[in-house]
Amino acid sequence: MTTTKSSAAEMATALAAGTTTSVELTQLHYDRIAQVDEDVHAFLYLDKEGALEQAAAVDAKRQSGEELGPLAGIPLALKDVLAQKGVPTTCGSKMLEGWRPPYDATVVTRLKEAGVVILGKTNMDEFAMGSSTENSAYGPTHNPWDLTRIPGGSGGGSAAALAAFEAPLAIGTDTGGSIRQPAAVTGTVGVKPTYGGVSRYGLIAFSSSLDQAGPCARTVLDAALLHEVIAGHDERDSTSINAPVPQVVKAAKKLDVKGMKIGVVKELQGEGFQAGVLDRFHDGLDALVSAGAELVEVSCPTFDYALAAYYLIAPSECSSNLARFDSMRYGIRVGDNGERSAEEVMKLTRHKGFGPEVKRRIILGTYALSSGYYDAYYGSAQKVRTLLMRDFANAFAQADVLVSPTAPTTAFKIGEQVDDPLAMYLNDIATIPVNMAGIGGMSLPCGLAQEDGLPVGFQIMSPAMRDDLMYQVGGTLEAALLAKWGAPILDKAPVLAAR
Amino acid sequence: MSAISRDDVAHLAKLARISMSDAELDHLAQEMDLILGAVARVQEVAASDVPPTSHPIPVNNVVRQDVVRPSLTPQEALSGAPAQSEDRFKVPQILGEE
Repeated sequence: MTTTKSSAAEMATALAAGTTTSVELTQLHYDRIAQVDEDVHAFLYLDKEGALEQAAAVDAKRQSGEELGPLAGIPLALKDVLAQKGVPTTCGSKMLEGWRPPYDATVVTRLKEAGVVILGKTNMDEFAMGSSTENSAYGPTHNPWDLTRIPGGSGGGSAAALAAFEAPLAIGTDTGGSIRQPAAVTGTVGVKPTYGGVSRYGLIAFSSSLDQAGPCARTVLDAALLHEVIAGHDERDSTSINAPVPQVVKAAKKLDVKGMKIGVVKELQGEGFQAGVLDRFHDGLDALVSAGAELVEVSCPTFDYALAAYYLIAPSECSSNLARFDSMRYGIRVGDNGERSAEEVMKLTRHKGFGPEVKRRIILGTYALSSGYYDAYYGSAQKVRTLLMRDFANAFAQADVLVSPTAPTTAFKIGEQVDDPLAMYLNDIATIPVNMAGIGGMSLPCGLAQEDGLPVGFQIMSPAMRDDLMYQVGGTLEAALLAKWGAPILDKAPVLAAR
Repeated sequence: MSAISRDDVAHLAKLARISMSDAELDHLAQEMDLILGAVARVQEVAASDVPPTSHPIPVNNVVRQDVVRPSLTPQEALSGAPAQSEDRFKVPQILGEE
């Protein structure tokens, strides 16, 4: 029987066999959302009318014998950073409250063309800046494993929706870990494709040289199916890679890592990493060795500087990108009394429209780019980026993929780090190098930490445009761990799984 | 010694076109000092012979065919405007009073 706990692949099989319809599936998920989202707060907006209409259209096509894609009729949760025509899109900010985009992001166009049913928009840290979803102007999202804890960020809403069985698929975006870290702390799967692998057209920009949209799911195969729907060249994004999409579905189904070399990054373990995180990470390594892979230790000495470089590059690009929120063409406008100048209105609007973390990063970026400091800060950070890419090139010469824990700790308590930006930034220490180099990264669950019973994420990194390799290793590891556990990890989530 | 003063933050806020209260400026000056102290370590490894990287993939000029294609109507483009007039964005005065 198809339930909200089924995987997207299982739902697709049921749809093809005619044992359920897309309208039924969609309604089933709205029922689940009605049951749990008051507690979880994964969604900012539900587009019931649009989704049910789309589901009915897919059912009609199926009835008439039309050939449909593998995810046609499957519901999905969309991170509120992506423009969807006519549907409120806030990016977690008061700045865009009430804005309804006049166009679809390319990712949204591709989802619609594939017949994927978009249930609604998910909560996120304002303008994707944060690691806990506490920076949302619309209140935090709660981790389905423990409602007093954070679901990660910035894509906490998308990850929580999956973990609470409110959607089988979701879209996230990842600038420094915003897909992978939420996946890690919610026991779900999240993939940051190679930079340029998925179009950024219609993705509200935070840091353009780092931002990348990607698939979120509960299984590696589901993520791969979604990956192939959204990936591929788009002439509307000048940084989109014009090359064939790596065959990630085929790779996810291989279930074989014999003879593959797995590089364990020396710098991404040890100090600062929770004991239970390291223990589960080593369980994952053991499973890969049992499956026939070979472990090699690799050293990436510049990783120690990646976080510092990221917190110069990302704020610099953000200070430039967010200049577009000027109260003139869209978004809110504050204090326009007919007497104030455009500049005064702009300053009042940006004071009111942006939250503390966004302001902090705009000011930091403005400083790093200002005359007299540019070379010392932004310029130096760009050099670190070169060194990081050299570290990766060197490591990938010794190994097919690299691995590490995704995040240094399990989910922390809501409010615990909110007043300490530097502590908050450390959550992304293992995910940031991937964005800086533009390569692929995946997080999948590798067990529960013994200290707190919360999920731990296993990160797999693959060379640029070899996203298939992380799916191959991820699919194999997932199957090995499932055989060991006997049931999916989310069955152990105490709060919501029983409902 | 602080790397950045309250007046520096006020200047940056002016450049970034964000009004800030005195309390916000005080708080941000303290935070900026801490954050800049932490990120300044990039200078330790940024040797002069290391070329900078601005972008993870080498991108050259990307152009498309110069052909007319469908785009947003004026009504669609103006649909999110805080104020509009005669198919245009209506904005507060830019040059000040006569």
